[in-house]
Amino acid sequence: MNASIAGKEFTVNEEGYLTDFNQWNEQIGESIAAGANITLTPRHWEVIKYLQNEHKSQVALSIRRVGKSGVVDIKEFYALFPNAPLKTATKIAGVPKPASCI
Amino acid sequence: MKNLIILGGGTAGTMMANHLNHHLKNPDWLITIIDEKEEHHYQPGYLFLPFDIYTPEDIIKTIDEFIPKGVNLIRQKIDSIDANRNMVMLQNGAVMPYDVLIVATGAKIAPEETEGMQGSEWQKSVFDFYSFEGSLALRNKLRDWEGGKLVVHITEMPIKCPVAPLEFAFLADSFFKHKHMRDKVEITYVTPLSGAFTKPKATEALEHLLEEKHIKIESDFAIERVDNETKEIIDYGGRTIPFDILVTVPTNKGDALMERSGLGDDLNYVPTNKATLQSVAHQNIFVLGDASNIPASKAGSVAHFEAEILTENILNFVHGLPLKEEFDGHANCFIETGNGKALLIDFNYTHEPVEGTFPFPGLGPLRLLKESRMNHMGKLAFRWIYWNVLLKGTHIPFVSATMSESGKHYQ
Repeated sequence: MNASIAGKEFTVNEEGYLTDFNQWNEQIGESIAAGANITLTPRHWEVIKYLQNEHKSQVALSIRRVGKSGVVDIKEFYALFPNAPLKTATKIAGVPKPASCI
Repeated sequence: MKNLIILGGGTAGTMMANHLNHHLKNPDWLITIIDEKEEHHYQPGYLFLPFDIYTPEDIIKTIDEFIPKGVNLIRQKIDSIDANRNMVMLQNGAVMPYDVLIVATGAKIAPEETEGMQGSEWQKSVFDFYSFEGSLALRNKLRDWEGGKLVVHITEMPIKCPVAPLEFAFLADSFFKHKHMRDKVEITYVTPLSGAFTKPKATEALEHLLEEKHIKIESDFAIERVDNETKEIIDYGGRTIPFDILVTVPTNKGDALMERSGLGDDLNYVPTNKATLQSVAHQNIFVLGDASNIPASKAGSVAHFEAEILTENILNFVHGLPLKEEFDGHANCFIETGNGKALLIDFNYTHEPVEGTFPFPGLGPLRLLKESRMNHMGKLAFRWIYWNVLLKGTHIPFVSATMSESGKHYQ
């Protein structure tokens, strides 16, 4: 489905994740964050940039990996993005929802 | 003579030994399989042991009875792999050179990864059922437990047999009903995922079953620690869930041998090409079963399908032919739902489990994603199939290594 923020069109899937990272910009990130009642601080942005870089290097994301990244520990990750931090943070970052392998 | 070495005499390694024994023969090839253990366990049986459905005798045999004659079985602990020099070092100091190496060292629980999990309540009120010892201790506890809060919990993904904790919850419901004490037991299913399962259609069906059986689900729970004093599990967000019995699936990790050899990722799984099963770092190392990092289920059925394709690829490799990019992540799992019924799911990397019939399109006799007695009979029959067909590397009739889309109701 299509969505638009500040005149820029982008596509999201049924769960609200961007389907194409190239359409992402900071305004879209802020708008998704607002929808989750999160006001983005510089600390949030550090985590978001880290997730985007990992995505670009095709690294599979997991809470464990984020916790060991040196960027943020799991406790703080939860404080920044409450409830389901990896899902919320990836959505704001415009990268796909991490697949939990089964 | 050339050397092919298989590390691990479990489900995957044993199947490969049986497959390759038909193709790589003396005096050109010597196949060696290395495992320090004496016993081969039917791991799916760990699910049934706590409920006194299986006895230890049902699930334990010896490794050597499934290794074909002509394959050299070495019972030694493996110290490390030197992949640059093509050698395996054993703890007794022996050095074994190889031309082709197959890693089938599996995955196991690592309760030490979670603070407090192996604390004072370990195997008193905190149990696992992914090890024989854990499963047996849990059986002894459940035999005379008088009820309370039973919490079934997954620490983090990936785990072996991702449906097993759900099956445990369903079987517990059935077990306490038969003991006429279901009203004294509150069952809660706690998962780091956002629902009962990782795939949408199956999640819907399984959540319906949880509701029907009055099993409460707590999702998105990433455990930080187990509090042995207050008997609670606590997540990073500060959520607490109290328990009288905690049945947890601890973090699963590949063998520490991978860490010692510099071949594993952060969970000691070996980075592997998901279509060819060749290791990413070394052309003459192949990985199957739970030891790899491929995004497929860690399950015996997956290892079985992989083994058929890997056999072809090993032969291609030794003959200098290109590898086939054929493995599609095919998994086929029975899910016990209690009261003598089960579900069956059949899926791969790209196709989630859906309803339908199996293995014959339109006919069955097994039904996909629907509870039936026939599926339960299938699950019980599977133990016989495991010991007598699967481990020997015999093809299971009508079930292909790659998943079939016919008979399945995709939208």
